[in-house]
Amino acid sequence: MSAAVSRPGVAEAPLLRVEGLRTWFPVRAGVLQRPVAWVRAVDDVSFQVEAGQTLALVGESGCGKTTVGRSLLRLVEPQAGQVWFEGADLLALPRAALRPLRRRIQIVFQDPMASLDPRMRVRDLVAEGMQVHGIGASDAERTERVAALLQRVQIEPRQMWRYPHEFSGGQRQRICIARALALEPRLLICDEATSALDVSIQSQVLNLLRDLQQELGLAYLFITHDLGVVRYLADRVAVMYLGQIVEEGETEALFRAPQHPYTQALLAAVPSLDPARQAARAVVRGDVPSPSAPPPGCRFHTRCPYVFARCRSEAPPAYATPTGASRCFLLDPAEAMRPRDGSRT
Amino acid sequence: MSERALEVEGLVVTFPGETGRTPVVDHLDLVLDAGETLALVGESGCGKSMTALSLLRLVPKPGRIEEGRIRIEGQDVLSLPIADLRSLRGRRAAMIFQEPMTSLNPVHTVGAQVVEAIRLHERVSAGEARRRAGELFARVGIPDPGARLDAYPHQLSGGMKQRVMIAIALAAKPRLLIADEPTTALDVTIQAQILDLLRDLRRDSGMALLLITHDLGIVNEVADRVAVMYAGQLVEQGSREAVLGKPRHPYTQGLLRSIPARAARGARLTEIRGSVPSASAWPTGCRFHPRCPIAFEPCPRIDPGWTELGGGQRARCHAIAREFSA
Repeated sequence: MSAAVSRPGVAEAPLLRVEGLRTWFPVRAGVLQRPVAWVRAVDDVSFQVEAGQTLALVGESGCGKTTVGRSLLRLVEPQAGQVWFEGADLLALPRAALRPLRRRIQIVFQDPMASLDPRMRVRDLVAEGMQVHGIGASDAERTERVAALLQRVQIEPRQMWRYPHEFSGGQRQRICIARALALEPRLLICDEATSALDVSIQSQVLNLLRDLQQELGLAYLFITHDLGVVRYLADRVAVMYLGQIVEEGETEALFRAPQHPYTQALLAAVPSLDPARQAARAVVRGDVPSPSAPPPGCRFHTRCPYVFARCRSEAPPAYATPTGASRCFLLDPAEAMRPRDGSRT
Repeated sequence: MSERALEVEGLVVTFPGETGRTPVVDHLDLVLDAGETLALVGESGCGKSMTALSLLRLVPKPGRIEEGRIRIEGQDVLSLPIADLRSLRGRRAAMIFQEPMTSLNPVHTVGAQVVEAIRLHERVSAGEARRRAGELFARVGIPDPGARLDAYPHQLSGGMKQRVMIAIALAAKPRLLIADEPTTALDVTIQAQILDLLRDLRRDSGMALLLITHDLGIVNEVADRVAVMYAGQLVEQGSREAVLGKPRHPYTQGLLRSIPARAARGARLTEIRGSVPSASAWPTGCRFHPRCPIAFEPCPRIDPGWTELGGGQRARCHAIAREFSA
């Protein structure tokens, strides 16, 4: 969110600083395939990730969280913004100059089977990136490194000559993590990396990610829709809705006292595991509007239980909250004075 | 004594494997009373979806129901002629699935599909059926129901499509609704709306609900009773409060402990070691023994069988059996 929000206790420059990121996709039509509309997948998004820390980017499907992850690596090309990483703006660099920096940011996707070439042996899958980036002097040395990496993710090194289909889903995801670690990244983007796994297997992968962070000082950008996972592993949370970050803050504070009505609705909807309470409640009605035609004013106003006149016409800026910021007029000190019209949609 | 909506005894479903037919559901027993919600929980490959499909004889080939008895409102499903099976499906029991898009016909309006479902089971005029379809849409919380009847499936969001599927399922006023992961493909705010709807329907109609899910949070939100499935068998059964609050089987305990939402931030999660076995390689004895932290001498050799724990709770575990016989 707004870089103007200062954070006590964090003196060093952040590992990753994203400013005003905008990634729109054209909707083309006609013989000339001219863009007739734009899907505003990511629309003026700013955030930062500190070295060795975890920022969770959460939101429901279509909110743009996956596009943010891909934009950082320029797997899709953003139209505007800055992505500062290790002293360089990744979006301003020519593609050739990007490669050495890309090694330091790795990404792990939801479906490990789609990320692993089924015709390659695990040894070659893990060593592929090392070869590309010139890590290791010889094939033998790289094989040794692969063995160590597999050991680290709790896969028997002697299994390195097998193919991906011979492994279970959880093991495949650990192979993807080993593949990413081979390049000694400082930032790992995990895009729904544990979402496809059964809960008993998910816990194995989450424990591994936690241990790796402590040992290697890795930073994570954890993109997920699973709020239980977020609360468990994130230091800070950014909540996205329709292409924008609507609230950002420290994990515990955000879960205890969510400031934005969308964050409140999201947290209220999560099923409770306490047998003494059946607590999940549908706070918001209706569906998310289309990102190609986001509502004017506050993008959440069509579903917000507290909507008032100003929300429909004016886009709220980021207001400071105790541990971060939130885009909601309810936090504008001027609004606290003014009586509401109380209307609802 | 309330009315039995569903009774399953000794159900065995097999698929062909490398060494002959392999049971994916192995001697499963279930009972469900009218107005009650039973959650059947387990991880992928445990056989929970196959169990659900077999209740309406929908097991896809080359799968086959090998033995057992299924009664829906007292009617024996497995001995029913095909012609009578059609009136059983829909009128006595209906089913909804995870992916509403694959269950709806893309070339017909959703209204036409609800009207078809109504007229399949009842002789009413087209106009009357359409009026009732509108009522059903309103009942499942579809805004502007009259206009939505003329929409095609692709024009509706995932949550709306699932509501349409529920409306179709309710068309013939079934006494048993089987819901297989009905909210898994939906976002959490939409999931909460559908869970609210299922709770309301049960309260208002006295319909029995069999909910198949992998999500223990959803179980806690809607179930009265819980049956936990592992490797083709039930391993623990009981009330929602008992199974989620005082789980006895090591697998149920492990599942609950490995959920990150219940763990302290940054603390190590409890893992269940190893991975879920496949149907072609169910372990001998207790099927959970290779992953169990408290497995002992009899576990790899002998099927533990049920131990009754009181209050309707029971578990299939040697350690519990020993504790209770001592």
